[in-house]
Order: sequence, then structure tokens, then C-alpha cells
Amino acid sequence: MIPAAFDYMVADAAEAAIAALAEYGDEAKLLAGGHSLIPLMRFRLAAPAMLVDIGRLDDLSYIDDAGDHIAIGALTKHRTLEMSDLLAAEAPLLRHVAGEVGDPSVRHRGTLGGSLAHGDPASDLPAALLASGGSLVITGPNGERVVEAPDFFTGFLETALADDEMVTEIRVPKAGGVGWSYQKFNRRAQDWAIVGAAVMLGPDPKVALVNMGSVPMRHRGVESGLAGGAGAAAASVAGDDVDPPEDLNADAEYRRHLARVLVGRGIAEASA
Amino acid sequence: MEVSMSVNGETRTSDVEPRTLLVHHIRDALGLTGTNIGCDTSSCGACTIHVNGESVKSCTMLAVQADGTEITTIEGLAGDDGELHPMQAAFMECHGLQCGYCTPGMVMAATSLVAENPDGLDETAVRQGLEGNLCRCTGYHNIVKAVLSVGGTA
Repeated sequence: MIPAAFDYMVADAAEAAIAALAEYGDEAKLLAGGHSLIPLMRFRLAAPAMLVDIGRLDDLSYIDDAGDHIAIGALTKHRTLEMSDLLAAEAPLLRHVAGEVGDPSVRHRGTLGGSLAHGDPASDLPAALLASGGSLVITGPNGERVVEAPDFFTGFLETALADDEMVTEIRVPKAGGVGWSYQKFNRRAQDWAIVGAAVMLGPDPKVALVNMGSVPMRHRGVESGLAGGAGAAAASVAGDDVDPPEDLNADAEYRRHLARVLVGRGIAEASA
Repeated sequence: MEVSMSVNGETRTSDVEPRTLLVHHIRDALGLTGTNIGCDTSSCGACTIHVNGESVKSCTMLAVQADGTEITTIEGLAGDDGELHPMQAAFMECHGLQCGYCTPGMVMAATSLVAENPDGLDETAVRQGLEGNLCRCTGYHNIVKAVLSVGGTA
């Protein structure tokens, strides 16, 4: 399994990458850590004509205290997130979930921006960002715009990114001391979640589900139950108003069951 | 395009097609066949090497992405005089291999894991740290024993 032939360039700055995207349009793909894109290319599910390598843009790898939120460079690797004391104090859900992605060798290469831009509903990090109330800074030829996480994920492996835009920063509101939980159910240690649930309590509680639909999603029904003081009982509707996928691991009804169980466990753990 | 990387301490410059995977470059162009190919889908860890000191699955990295990096493969662990790296010696001592196919990747993942945890690892941390490396002989128990003998908490 070898990728189809492509042209390759190394971007020495975000502006150069965006210029290349503007020139090649949907023929081009950005390459960061490559741990989502290269497998797709090897299976020939993706065959970009031009690969723009942004993996050397070290100035987009950072975790900064920005006052009311933590600002994270899009090229920050999962392993760096996992080891961050700042995230442990101020965004512990995101730090924990970064350590749940793949395995250590995968986390040495994979990047936060790359995982989010891939938009896979079975991935861990989109749910963490949704439950954290985070947003993404998107940069294009005309400058920056900020997109809230729920508006970013638009379809199966589709996002709000235009062909000539890239994610440059991820912003996560500070949540030190707020109850949180991430529940991931799978059969083998390093697999994707069959179903997962990210829970963040506080005055505006948020619950996001993994692999329960075609997009990474928040579950508004559970959230309104939580906001109304239902506690773990709010999990009873976690299987409602969702359209989970079916595959050899689980049919839709089993996934609905898992969602109720995992959200319930998540709320209980976050409340403890 | 031309890529240049330090491989086991020696600068190696080659002309590669951009789609060349790093594992193929290491095995076919550089002739270092100690790095194995297993699942080909970044699941099994047989192809694990170090890139700038960190474990990486070389089936999921392009050779062009490794331009300018420092690569260590299983061939680069032992001393120039042939003396085994402590992790290799521990695998031998603890019988941490059966068929041996996973062993190069297992040793490279283990050395990276130990280097990242200078305060030592307990058994759970070793097992979780090696979750990306599969042994289909299921010889995990002695592999974990070997890693703990090198990088375990006292």
C-alpha cells in the first residue's frame, strides 16, 4: 500500500502554506503529523496532487496562557499536550484526552490541528474540544477568523475550512477546578472509540459524543438535563436524537446503549 | 527530491520519490532491514524507530518528512564494539522474545518510553506505554519484565 504519486513542498511559514493552498485549490492537502492523512493516502482514499508539508512550522507549536483561555498552536503534538502542566491545571479534559489518542508513538507525530481538521467523528480530540467550549482560529488569504467548535464540524470528514484556509490556533476556555470526565469504550487498547463521551460540568455544562453520528457532536438534550439539575439521570436521553453508525463492532442500538452508559459514568465521575 | 538524514550517527543523502514511506527508505535504500514491516497501518509497531529521539512508526511517515532529522534504528542501539544496549540485553536475559518479529520495534518503543520516564515506570505504565506494539506470540509478560528491569521503579 503505497500512496499515489504527488508533488511535495515544504512550507516555511503559514503564509506560504496558505498561498500554496490558494494556488492548488482542492488538489492540495496540508501535511502536519500525517497520522490521519498518510493512512488515507495509502488506502488510496485520498490522492492529493500536491502535499504541502507544514510539519516544520515550529512557531505554530505552543501552549500559552492567554488570560481567560489557553491558546494552543495547531501544530502542537498530542504528546506535548499530554505532558503539559499548564493544560493539567487549566484544561485537564483536553490534556487527558490527548493521552487517549492512539499510542505513544502515534502521539509523538499527530497534531491537535491535524486531528481536528480531519473531522473524524470517531476521533477523541474533537469531542474534547466540543465539551470544553473551545474554538478554532482559521487563517486564510484574507486573515483570521474564529469559529466555535460546533460550527467547525460540518459533515463526515468535512469542516468549515475553505480550500485555502488552515487551522492555526485552538482556544480552550480555562476550566481549572471544573468537573470533567472522558469515557472511551473500545475492545483493544489503541483502537478508536466504539463510543466515547466527554463531559464538562460547570454553569454551562457540555457533553460531546464520539462515534455516535457522522460528525463530532454535542448532545443538547443531555446538556439541558444537566443544566436543569438532573445529574446522572440526564444520561437517559443520550441515545435519543442521534443517528449512530453501524459496523462490525456495534449496531446502532448497541451504540445508543453505550452512549447512555458512558454519559452516565461520565457525569458521575465529573461530579465526584 | 534529495533528502538527507542522520541515520545511526551517519549522514545519509538520497534521492527519493515524495511518496516513499520512511520504512521503505530505511529498508530498501539504506539497507537497514532490522526494522520490520508488520501491519502497514500504524497499528502493530513492528516498524518503530526513533526520530529525533522519540519513537515513531516509520510506516506512517514519508521519507521526505524525515529530511534533516536524526534517525535511530535497531541497528544503531548496540555499541560500536557490538556490546548490546541495556534494553537489548534485558530482552535476552528475560527471554523477551519468541519469534522475534516484533522485537526491533518493541525495543525501540521501550527505549523511548524509558527515556521519557526518568523517574521510572511501574508495570501498568509499561503495559500502557507499549500498547502500540503487538506481539503475536503473545509474549508480553517477559517483554514487560525486560522493560521493567531497565526502566522500572526500584
